[in-house]
Amino acid sequence: MLSPILVIGVALAYLLILFAVAYYADRRAQAGHSVIDNPWVYALSIAVYCTAWTYFGSFGTAVSGGVWFLPIYLGPTLAMVLGWLVIRKMIRIAKTYRITSIADFIASRYGKSSLLAGLVTLITIVGIVPYIALQLKAVSGAYRLMTTPPGIGSGAAVSWWSDGTLYVALLLAGFTIMFGTRHLESSERHEGMVAAIAFESVIKLMAFLLAGFFVVYGLYDGFADVFTQAMAQQELKDLLSFTQNRTFPYTQWFSLTLLAMLAFIFLPRQFQVMVVENVDERHLRRAVWVFPLYLLLINVFVLPIALGGLLFFGADTVNPENYILALPLAQGYELLALFVFVGGLSAATGMVIVEVIAVSTMVCNDLVMPMLLKTRRFARRSGGDLTGLLLLIRRVAIIGILLLGYLYFHLAGEAYALVSIGLISFAAVAQFAPAMLGGMYWKGATRHGALAGLSGGFLVWIYTLMLPSLAKSGWMSQDFLNEGLWGLAMLRPEQLLGMSGLDNLTHSLFWSLFVNISLFVTVSLWRRPSAREASQALLFVDVFQRSPVTHPVFWQGQAQVHDLLQLTERFLGTARAQRLFTRYARESGLNDIEQVPADAKLVQFVETQLTGAIGSASARVMVASVVDEEPLELNDVMRILEEASQLRIYSQALEEKSASLEQATRELRAANQQLQSLDRLKDDFMSSVTHELRTPLTSIRALTELMLDDPQMEAEQRQQFLGIMVTETERLSRLVNQVLDMARIEAGHAEWHNSDVDMLEVISQAVNSIQATYREKGAALVVDAPAQVGTIRADVDRLVQVVLNLLSNAVKYVPDEGGKVIVRLQDEADGITVEVTDNGPGIDPQRQAVVFEKFRRVEDEDNDPGRQHKPGTGLGLPISRQIVEHFGGRIWLHSQAGEGACFGFFLPRQAQKNGGDNNEQNGTDCG
Amino acid sequence: MLKRVISQHLIAVFAAGLVLLNFPLLMLWDKDIQVFGWPLPAFGLFLLWAVLIVLLAWIMESNGD
Repeated sequence: MLSPILVIGVALAYLLILFAVAYYADRRAQAGHSVIDNPWVYALSIAVYCTAWTYFGSFGTAVSGGVWFLPIYLGPTLAMVLGWLVIRKMIRIAKTYRITSIADFIASRYGKSSLLAGLVTLITIVGIVPYIALQLKAVSGAYRLMTTPPGIGSGAAVSWWSDGTLYVALLLAGFTIMFGTRHLESSERHEGMVAAIAFESVIKLMAFLLAGFFVVYGLYDGFADVFTQAMAQQELKDLLSFTQNRTFPYTQWFSLTLLAMLAFIFLPRQFQVMVVENVDERHLRRAVWVFPLYLLLINVFVLPIALGGLLFFGADTVNPENYILALPLAQGYELLALFVFVGGLSAATGMVIVEVIAVSTMVCNDLVMPMLLKTRRFARRSGGDLTGLLLLIRRVAIIGILLLGYLYFHLAGEAYALVSIGLISFAAVAQFAPAMLGGMYWKGATRHGALAGLSGGFLVWIYTLMLPSLAKSGWMSQDFLNEGLWGLAMLRPEQLLGMSGLDNLTHSLFWSLFVNISLFVTVSLWRRPSAREASQALLFVDVFQRSPVTHPVFWQGQAQVHDLLQLTERFLGTARAQRLFTRYARESGLNDIEQVPADAKLVQFVETQLTGAIGSASARVMVASVVDEEPLELNDVMRILEEASQLRIYSQALEEKSASLEQATRELRAANQQLQSLDRLKDDFMSSVTHELRTPLTSIRALTELMLDDPQMEAEQRQQFLGIMVTETERLSRLVNQVLDMARIEAGHAEWHNSDVDMLEVISQAVNSIQATYREKGAALVVDAPAQVGTIRADVDRLVQVVLNLLSNAVKYVPDEGGKVIVRLQDEADGITVEVTDNGPGIDPQRQAVVFEKFRRVEDEDNDPGRQHKPGTGLGLPISRQIVEHFGGRIWLHSQAGEGACFGFFLPRQAQKNGGDNNEQNGTDCG
Repeated sequence: MLKRVISQHLIAVFAAGLVLLNFPLLMLWDKDIQVFGWPLPAFGLFLLWAVLIVLLAWIMESNGD
């Protein structure tokens, strides 16, 4: 045993650490670095689902029923599979309409009904009080175990003021007040609290796993050892099978799974952490699988610890719910026991803090405020800041709920196992399922339907589950249990209408949900919804189809900006209200609050802001009190919706139009760029042509003038001049021919005389005609070709022109001494490749791209004075390219500076029409 | 389009989970065998559970926004 001072000291220290975590997170949030804006923290905060029930209660179930503790965790896992569809929709709705509690969600959906909000709150309080009692029971039980010497029964009666549970309750109340109601937030988000809850989730998992390792590997020799020892006993062997030697209660397994699935979504604390405190919808994407993983991890050791405890202590000596503490204590591992105790404390406090904050918000917004607003005196007392009052109501509510929990613990807690208490609460919140899910997916659900369903389900729950639990703990006569109300056997609460064979939980769940759903659907179908219900139904069901721009605003009437601002100030404080209005004005593109038009949109904005602070029903009443409203009829709703959808269609069309305009602009810009570059090319071409024409013209003119001025010129001189003039004229006509040729080919007007061409013939023709030039320059010309090649369909003269071009190009650049040009011909299956390789200076890779452009001789790009201007028109290669491409081939250049150049072209055997680009890559390398 | 595919996958996994983790299919695991030391019924439950989580993680994490 440990000294009470130590245990209490550690517990208090732990609570202080929690508070420090929360304080730190709040500070970070104020500095703009949210700690909880993280999918992992979000997933851990959802693990507030695991309470003292998981931490202690599971062992009770495992010892009496084997794997029966699992449906409570399989249900939420299945719920999370659909989380991305269902929970995300809840988050979107809650964020869009600033809904801060489950009561407000239901009330808001059914026309902002304060009656419905109150009913949901009432059900929640009645349903959740046993759950809070469970946590108090667990903490006080654990504390007693830690501080009681072994051997003394822990059930010794103590007077209520000395058993400590009351103080635990009050301490937790104080703590919750510090966590949850330090200041009023219109969005009801609590950064610090969520961070602390996520921290608690880590602690409780660590403590649980540590205890598990201790039992499985410390006390026993691994999982196999525990299970083998257990299986050796027939009783335990039966426990570990599904059937356990009796007819298996299938229905109970299914109803427990269903119950846990519904409770997981609709418990107030789960709604708080999953929906209200959610920072970013996308966090859900990870949380949907991380949270089930957390559940799996925390459950892995439940069976081994339960069996280990049973084997170690024997049956009926130690309460199985305390095994996780009792085993380390019995072995003298007090430090471990203390850590496990802190883990249990984490589980209990986490649940209490979040649950009580959520419920206190509901009590304040959905129960007390509507009642206050109904009293004349309060409504008349206009003006004055009410934020203080709101906080006060919440604080009182927190203390009240915890004291109720304590009361239930005293009345009924001792008689019941933790799990049974928890299941009673689960069954209560499961009653919200029809109204919630129906409201989210069925537009026809009405306020009356929801009211009828909820009340019916709740009454059946009270009669078949709550009252029997009180009766069994001895606070009521059990007569009605055994004989039925007024002695009518048909009304026995656990065999309603004589239905037997079900356990009491399944029985109650079936009847309550049956009554609930039947009433909800029947009454909803009975009457048409009112205008306000219809409009809210549209907003909820179609939440994913709305964007802020096309959001329909279901309100009509007259309002004053001043009145609305004053109203907001009353509930949110002057500074906040001013800030909100200024932001609203800025977002509408206005400079000043004064300029804001008092239209339906502003009224909607104010109502939404107030909803965050006082709930939708109260916000509706308050807004209605300061504006001059015209009642909304069903056809008004239809009209507004029609306008909104028109607006949506219009904005969609606008978006599409602007997208297509953008596309057109892009295309135009590209076309323009292409045109500009073509224009530049044309200019370049013109200037090159004129330049090329001018050079021979200048020399012809100079020579002619000389001869004209000097009639007595010697015949020899005259002959020489005339010779030059003839050469220059030839050059001119060649140039003009080439330009014309080029233009014809480009324009597609060239004449092609196609025949079956033997490439060997072509090459020898070209070589023969240029042989003289090579001989003059003293360069060697080598032809490397097979003896015979296949023919291709092409124009002989054009091909000779191409080869000649390449050969004359090559000879221009070979060195004066030892120049060498190799012509290589390769015959392949799909075509013929011709390559002309020289041993000249080569061409830089950067310049290779331009050689096939008109008039772009390589040396033009080069400022190297060592290179001389070579004769030529600069049109040879471009024309060659046009010709080769006309026959469906391609032409290329491989070169490295200083290593010579290799021009090559490939002609396919099957010529392609119009000579498009041949995409087939030819990988021949020059060498 | 992508969203619709995700929701169809999720609904399929949900239906599979609901059927596999309930009776009568669970009875298939009710045999007197130990796997890794675990009795088969408990082992089967945890295995199905783990598979469900892996599937869910795969669906959610493999479909980017």
